[in-house]
Amino acid sequence: MKEPGPQQGKGKRISGSYRFLLTVLVLYAVVGCLRPELALTALTGFAGMLFKVLPILAVVFVFLLGINLLGPERIRKQLGRESGGKGWLIAAVAGIFISGPPYLLYPLLGELRKQGVRDAFLGVILYNRNVKIPFVPVMIYYFGIAYTLILSTYILLFAFLNGKILEVLLARRR
Amino acid sequence: MKEQGAGGLAGAFRKTLALFRTVLPILAGMLLLLNLLNPLLASRYAEWFTGHYLHDTLIGAVAGSISFGIPITSYIVGGELLGKGVSLLAVTAFLLAWTTVGVAMLPLEAAFLGKRFALIRNALNFFFAIALAALTVATLGVLQ
Repeated sequence: MKEPGPQQGKGKRISGSYRFLLTVLVLYAVVGCLRPELALTALTGFAGMLFKVLPILAVVFVFLLGINLLGPERIRKQLGRESGGKGWLIAAVAGIFISGPPYLLYPLLGELRKQGVRDAFLGVILYNRNVKIPFVPVMIYYFGIAYTLILSTYILLFAFLNGKILEVLLARRR
Repeated sequence: MKEQGAGGLAGAFRKTLALFRTVLPILAGMLLLLNLLNPLLASRYAEWFTGHYLHDTLIGAVAGSISFGIPITSYIVGGELLGKGVSLLAVTAFLLAWTTVGVAMLPLEAAFLGKRFALIRNALNFFFAIALAALTVATLGVLQ
């Protein structure tokens, strides 16, 4: 059976990302046969989510372009091994203020990693996503001020430990 | 320098486009998968908790790890769980795991940050979710 897709040309094998998409589509076809209403609801939800994600994707594209334009040397200086305390601070603040779903953040962080950003900083950024300033009032509403303050403070403090342990574990396994 | 800058822009643009060709099919696949699995999980959270203080903490962390959505959803679900008598410790582990552990996102994270990075980070954050939950509840208990 001929598999369609942009990776098919010039005798190339289909890439992992397209294989993954095809697998999910096959799963949908199976679910569609067994429980068509579930597949339809899921597809409607997917369309709505995609519509919301598209503008953010444009922003991610611009950020990625910016990272690629800056180049590894400049990025390493700010967030590489030699960045010191400034790097930790940038990572902590970036984690709090970067918004958007993780599936859009991973390509961005993957590119930063390729350009030489420390694993510890990536860990800090991903951990501090827990502290979302716009959502704080909602957390206070459900859990109270004291709980929100204590939890947020611990997240911010332990993000550094988390990043450091992550880096040590990754280095040890290499 | 000007020539180098223009070449740099074209090169960066090509590189970004190439990355997007990898990102888009994975992203579409992940979103399709999440929309298929989320309705199966969403209404069942309360059924998973047993009333056992320690077991529930573990269940909370597991439930948060396999769930997906914006943090605000986890607060709402967490608030409902508290209302149904689930312990604050279990709910806190649930909230923390929701944003820091992403089982559903593992293939995507592994594709861009490496399999080892994704596995170690998620495992580490799972334990951190339980530890920080215990620390938060203990601190709250001391202060109140």
